Amino acid sequence: MNVKEKLLKSFFVENPVTGLLLGLCPTLATTTSAENGLGMGLATTFVLVSSNVVISLLRNVIPNRVRIPSFIVVIATFVTIVDMGMQATLYDLHKTLGLFIPLIVVNCIILGRAEAFASKNNLWDSFLDGLFMGLGFTFSLFILGSVREILGTGNWLGMALVPGDWSTILVFVLAPGAFLSLGFILVGMNKIARVIEGGK
Amino acid sequence: MEANGVLIMDSSPLGRTGESTRKIMFTVCLTLVPALAVSVWMFGWDAVRVLVLTAVFTVGVEALIAKFSNTKIDYLDGSALLTGILLAMNVPSNAPWWMLLIGAVVAVVIGKQVFGGLGQNIFNPALVARVFLLISFPMQMTSWPLPGAFDGTTGATPLGILKTEGIGAIKTIGVGDLAMGHIGGSLGEISALALLIGSLYLFYKKYITWEIPVAFIGTVFVFTGAFYLINPAQYASPVFHIFTGGLFLGALYMATDMVTSPLSFKGKLLFGFGCGFFTALIRLFGSYPEGVSFAILFMNAFVPLLDRYFPDKKFGMVKNG
Repeated sequence: MNVKEKLLKSFFVENPVTGLLLGLCPTLATTTSAENGLGMGLATTFVLVSSNVVISLLRNVIPNRVRIPSFIVVIATFVTIVDMGMQATLYDLHKTLGLFIPLIVVNCIILGRAEAFASKNNLWDSFLDGLFMGLGFTFSLFILGSVREILGTGNWLGMALVPGDWSTILVFVLAPGAFLSLGFILVGMNKIARVIEGGK
Repeated sequence: MEANGVLIMDSSPLGRTGESTRKIMFTVCLTLVPALAVSVWMFGWDAVRVLVLTAVFTVGVEALIAKFSNTKIDYLDGSALLTGILLAMNVPSNAPWWMLLIGAVVAVVIGKQVFGGLGQNIFNPALVARVFLLISFPMQMTSWPLPGAFDGTTGATPLGILKTEGIGAIKTIGVGDLAMGHIGGSLGEISALALLIGSLYLFYKKYITWEIPVAFIGTVFVFTGAFYLINPAQYASPVFHIFTGGLFLGALYMATDMVTSPLSFKGKLLFGFGCGFFTALIRLFGSYPEGVSFAILFMNAFVPLLDRYFPDKKFGMVKNG
């Protein structure tokens, strides 16, 4: 499978959120706006790429019986880096995302890719896998955040899309709106995935 | 009997009454006429506008889905119309048209068709839409035109006043006003009496049974009554509680929805008790003034469980068989 095909696949067919339904907790909780979704996605991508690379390098050193604790230590290291890095450079975003940044450590996408891919494949493939999975995750969070922000507040990435005196559908920035939007996005993404799969 | 003198070669039940979804749905719609008449009398043409728009929107949305669906959907079977009327009875008479349209889309699409259409939905579609609107547009959904005030005066419902201003502010509201509908509120929550009159025919036809409404209203009465007895200076009387808000509309027409209520006697009693308990709990201690819709939706989720633990008695079954 070439790189381009793999990229397309990780965005639509094997997308962690809409294809595999992994990592739903940060997906639902942090996507109140497009910006938050993007920030959360990129932070996760960084951890995913870094941990995949390190675990791939150490794959022959880590004993099989203690692999999960070892993976978690590696992942937790990078999560700490992201947490402190964001606190230093993107303070407002860090404050909005709050607890969900430290919680990246238990995001099942990251441990899943470490276990299923990085511990069995070489450095370059693991790097690409982490990058594509991370970008797929970011893509879903950005779409979901955009839908919720536009419908719920009438803004998008800080731009006002509707006149100020219009009522917006407040429920979309609240928890029930997250579930509803995700459901309808899943419908659309499954349709796209079917078209891509069928086209091959 | 539908097919008199014809030998029915089918699995039981073989005796049929000739009832159909269409007949039941339109009958329920008709029994709402007294309550609708009161709302038109109180709110004037605004009430008619809300009713017609909501009914047209819900049936329209269902027709649109029927057009693009692979399965056959009878959008004129009255179920969409009933959902529309019940939704209209849940909104203020000055609701803007786009809010009614959003409500109709939510009721039919999210409340009903995503589950597979009539008979498959877990939650009462009209209530799903009501709660969606209440959470999304809190400003429009909590300023209610006062009955007979055709100059556009709005105010809170008696329950809203009780929540924000305390027990003293509701002293002037008499039981007669509550029963007849001389209070602020949505189209369907103002007249408890008219709803009761309309529903008598449903009891007569056995479309609804007494267990759910009695358990529901009874629980609210007992629960709020207990607090009233302990401290009448802080809590409103149980009579006030059962005649205000959407309790009668909810207990008679929404909790008894055939699709989203339990089948057996015990299941129905427990369902009604749960609805009443959570209604009273939200009214007395919650942040919202009214809890009927939340309580019914919450108990809707328990219906499959209630049906499992208290299965309907089937004739011809042998114990330990």
